[in-house]
This record gives sequence, structure tokens and C-alpha cells, in this order.
Amino acid sequence: MITEKLLIKSLKRLTVSLFLVFSVNSIYISSSLANEFEFSGKVGVEQRYFVDEGNDPEQVSHNQSSIVFEPELYWGWNNGSDSITFKPFLRLDSEDEERTHGDIRELSYIHAGDDWEVRTGIRKEFWGVTEFQHLVDVINQTDGVEDFDGEDKLGQLMVNLSVVNDWGIVDVFLLPGFRERQFNGSDGRLRLPILVDNDSISYQSSAKDQHLDLALRWSHSIGDFDIGSYWFHGTNRDPLLSLSVNDENVLFKQYYQQMDQLGFDVQATLGDFLWKFETIYRHTDIESYWATQAGFEYSYVGIFDSNIDLGLLMEHGWDSRGEGDGNSAGASVQNDLFIGARLAFNDMQSSEILMGMGSDLDHNGFSFLFEASRRLGESFKASLDVRLMQSNEPADLLYQIKNDDHLQLAIDWYF
Amino acid sequence: MLYMKKIKTAAALVVFTLASHSAVALDAAEKGLAISKEAKQRDLGWADSTADMRMTLRNTQGQESIREIKLKSLEQETDGDKSLTIFNQPRDVKGTAFLSFSHPVGADDQWLYLPALKRVKRISSRNKSGPFMGSEFSFEDLSSFEIEKYGYKYLGNETINGLDSFMVEQYPVDENSGYTRRIVWLDKAEYRVQKIDFYDRKNSLLKTLSYSSYQQYLGKYWRADSAKMINHQSGKSTDLTWNNYAFKTGLQDSDFNRNTLKRVR
Repeated sequence: MITEKLLIKSLKRLTVSLFLVFSVNSIYISSSLANEFEFSGKVGVEQRYFVDEGNDPEQVSHNQSSIVFEPELYWGWNNGSDSITFKPFLRLDSEDEERTHGDIRELSYIHAGDDWEVRTGIRKEFWGVTEFQHLVDVINQTDGVEDFDGEDKLGQLMVNLSVVNDWGIVDVFLLPGFRERQFNGSDGRLRLPILVDNDSISYQSSAKDQHLDLALRWSHSIGDFDIGSYWFHGTNRDPLLSLSVNDENVLFKQYYQQMDQLGFDVQATLGDFLWKFETIYRHTDIESYWATQAGFEYSYVGIFDSNIDLGLLMEHGWDSRGEGDGNSAGASVQNDLFIGARLAFNDMQSSEILMGMGSDLDHNGFSFLFEASRRLGESFKASLDVRLMQSNEPADLLYQIKNDDHLQLAIDWYF
Repeated sequence: MLYMKKIKTAAALVVFTLASHSAVALDAAEKGLAISKEAKQRDLGWADSTADMRMTLRNTQGQESIREIKLKSLEQETDGDKSLTIFNQPRDVKGTAFLSFSHPVGADDQWLYLPALKRVKRISSRNKSGPFMGSEFSFEDLSSFEIEKYGYKYLGNETINGLDSFMVEQYPVDENSGYTRRIVWLDKAEYRVQKIDFYDRKNSLLKTLSYSSYQQYLGKYWRADSAKMINHQSGKSTDLTWNNYAFKTGLQDSDFNRNTLKRVR
């Protein structure tokens, strides 16, 4: 019920904003050519089919449907030196009320000078070079209900000053306000056997979710090398989950620590090879550890005298915490090998296939993904994803979702 | 005039000496290079330019697909040009942008911005022969012309589009090129490229590019309004049209970096 109310509220808000936008649009068009307005985005339907029934009878047994709406409104003026972008997001899920969620992915104002710019508002910032795990990407909270691959992020409130120098780009981030991770509800699949409480959350900082986080990053391109390095101080985006008994229910409670993190990423672009390396050092009151993700991507242009390009990927993930045991939770990626192949058909419909495999080298844990996409006509796009998970290690996250093998078909209309 | 003198000398050699063959070859190479240099020379000094490009892809069944692209380029005096390519259509790639620092010799530096992920990715520039956006244009077809990229041979004169033109054969230096050679027709009056025949790695005729409706900008720089690329082997074609050409708009080096790549429209 709460979700529905929220939904209606956000829909109302959206309608008001859209109305505003259209009126602003007509004013802009009539007033000045130097101003630019764009309305774009996507609407999509998604169908998931789970091969097996879930571990918990409450979970959806096979079919999960949803729709997604993600418009983007852009105003630019002064030749694009000033701009405002608004990108709301809404997903309505047929089964999991936690996955029915809305977010403001972006609502920000950018002012750019010659060699500097200030970006203020809700934004997404991506760091890193590797494909199978994004270790150094730390600014935004993961949207945990949108998908389970960690690629989707929640918008983060920030003030970001970015200065371009001969010796690289320096970014300063002030991050007021923290977004908690959302977890799938009892009806949802791809979740832990014990539900995570999305409401009662505790923090190390007395400022709770109002802690002002800081980040400082330097990045530069030197010849064939693209390098980045940063320091982040603030709320750890990854919660610690602890069991709690609440009204006769057993739940995981989220606890967010403060952390300091140093990160470094480099990509060497040498001929047909992209060599990639990411590392972090994370320090909290409870633990300090190192982690790395390293590998390469090799491109073969025009296989078998065709227009098809083949990319081969291999990466290894390591974490100093090692596997979990009785004393510590450990890391889910501690000695894992990832291999993948990407086929780009370079046809009119931009057809693509990506296959990937992750394997835990310390125990029998295995995941497989297949992603295919193709444009239909001028403005539709169809994507088919297949994800398979297997594990013999109960402490492993994969073990908890090993019955959640599924196919996912999405059709998006872009406007 | 210099060329004429050389040709006369060469002709004399053909008649009177046994070493004639190599001398003519050398001369054809020099003349091919000289014509190409003149064409490049006449197009220097535009400083920067912006334009809107529309591609119409057509397959053998006559189905069409549209690409809309905005181009921003900055001329570099001692290096290859810098350029930004911004995609507007198809809609699913809207906002994707491509930054390239080209170099006459060696690999170009290229970055791709993926707006859905907010990710800037350095990409390999070795892919010269692959299709651009599924079109009949490859990446190398769309990159700026630099003298150092080819070897040359003057083939003769021909009338094309009603214009008296030079025929120059060009041999790509880069081993990753998809071509063994291209034959370029440049009109003698203004040194504008009228037509290019592309020969694949097996030296068979692969594609023909024809330019039409040249316009002169700032009283000096010629740009075609449209071009057509026909693939003789697949039967597919791609039409290009350019709109809103502007030169010396005040773009600077600071408009071409990873920060601008993320917000350019």
C-alpha cells in the first residue's frame, strides 16, 4: 500500500514536471535559438522467466513482468556551457513490490568555463576500466532491485568541481546525503533466503544518512595509458548485514560504516589489446583490505572476412579477505576468473552478443551470462539475457540464488 | 608547370634510354604526391568546423535506416585533427559521443562516451576497416586525409562530373587498412575529390564514393553537400548529406577533452 501511494505521488509529480517541461519547451522555441531543449528517453517492457521454483514458496514461481519509464529532459544555453538535465526513473513490477520503484537518476545543473566545470545536483559518476566487476566505482549506491548485476545505480546528490590541467583532470566531490541500498522483497527472486529490512537502518556516523562524504580524483591520459587515482572518505556504500529478530520475523538489518578508500585504475591501449587493472584499499573500523580486478580485452576485427568483430575478455578478481569462514564474511570475489566473448555484427540493426562466465577458483561456484540485443526498425530495441548460477558453497552468495536461473526478454522504445 | 617539364623529361627518357620504366614510375609517384599535397594545402587554415551529418543506410531490399550525427573538428597545425562525433539517431544511441585525436603516423587516440553508464572508454583505434554504425563507410573512410597515410601514383586525366580531373592512385601505409589501394579523382580547377574507387585486400573493386554539390565556404574551403557510397560486392549503399556547415566558430583545444565528451550535445 505504501508503495502504491508513493507511486501515485511520483506519477503525479512526474505529470506536473512533464506539463512544466512542455510549456517551457514552447517558450524556448519561440524566444531564442541559442537555447536548446531536448526531450528523449525510453519506455520498455520486461519479462523474466525463472526455470525453477524459488527456495521460498513466497517467491514468484516462474514469471515476473515489469515496465520501465525513463525520460530525459535537457535544457542547454550559452552554447551548451550551461545546462540542466532531469532524468526520472520508474519501474513497475508485477510481483515484487520492492522492485516497483522510482528514482531521480539525474537532476543537475552544469556550468562550464574554459578549463573547469561545476556539476551540481543529483548525478551519476562512473569510474573504472574493467568489465566484470567495478571495484573502483564508488560514488553512487547500487540499485539493488533493478537488477542483480550491480550495473544500475541510484542518483547521488553532489557538488563536483572538475578542472582540466595539462597534467590531468582533477575532480573534487562534496556528497551530502547518502542513499541506502534497496533489496528485493519477499515475492522477489534473486535474493537472500532471509529478507533484508529496507526500513530500519543504522549507521556508524551520528549524522546517519546526512554525513557529508568527500572524494578527490585525478585522472589523465598519457600516450597509450589512461590512469585514475582517488581518495574517498565517507559512508561505505556496501552495508554490513546482521541478523535481527523483529516481531517474530528474522531479518537482516543494514549497518553502514564510515570508510576511507584509496583507488587506482589504469588501462593500456596497445594495438588490439586493452590491458586493464583496478585496485582499492578500503579501511573501516572493523576491517581493512585490498582488492584487485585485472585482465585484458582483445579485439579481432572482421572475423572470417565478414563485418563481425570478436572481442575476447579475461579478468581475475582478488581480495585480501579471502573466502568467508566462521570468523568473517569474506569476499564474494576473492579468487575468481572471468572470461567472456563479445560479437558485434556491425549490421544496420547493431546486433550484439555477449557471453560471460565467472568461476570461483577456491570452490565450486560458477555463473554464466548470455546477452543478445538488436534494434528493431528505427527506435525499438530487443534484448535477451540468460543468467545461470551454480555453487556448492553455502557461504557463497551464488549458492543462495542457484535456483534462480532465468531468461529475461526486454523490448524498449526510444523516443 | 614543374610537372609538365618532368613529364617531358620522362617522355624523352622513354624514347632514348633503357632505364625509362623506373623513371616514369618515379615521376608518376612524385606527381601523385604533388597533386595530393596541393589538395591538402588548399584546405588548410579552416581552424575549426561544425556540421550536421545525416546517413541513410540502404540494403538490397531497399530498407532504409537513418543515422544523425553532429561533427565538431579542430585543425591542428603540427598533428592530425581533433574531432568530436555526437550521435543523435538512432535513438537508442542518442548521447553517445566519440572523441578522436588523429595522428598522421601511428595510432589515433580515441575515447567513447556511453551515456547510459556515464562511462568514458578508451578504445582501440586499430579498427579502421570495420563499418561505421552499420553503414558502407568504414572508420578510415571518415577520418581526415593526411599526406603521410598513403603512397601515391598519378594515373592520368579523366573527365568526371563534367570536370577535367586528375586520377591518383593511393596506397594505404597502415597495414590495418581494409584496402590495397584507392583511386581518387580530383578536379583540376579546385582539387576537390569527385570520386573514389576502393579496392579490397584481394584487390577487387569493393566500393565507389561519389561527391556532389560542392559549396565554397569563407571564399576558400569546398565542402560537398552530399555523397553516395555504393558497395559493389554487397549491393548495399549509404547516402551522406551535410547541413549547417560552419567554420572558424571559435572552438579551442579545451572543447576537446574527456570532460566535454561527457556533456557535448
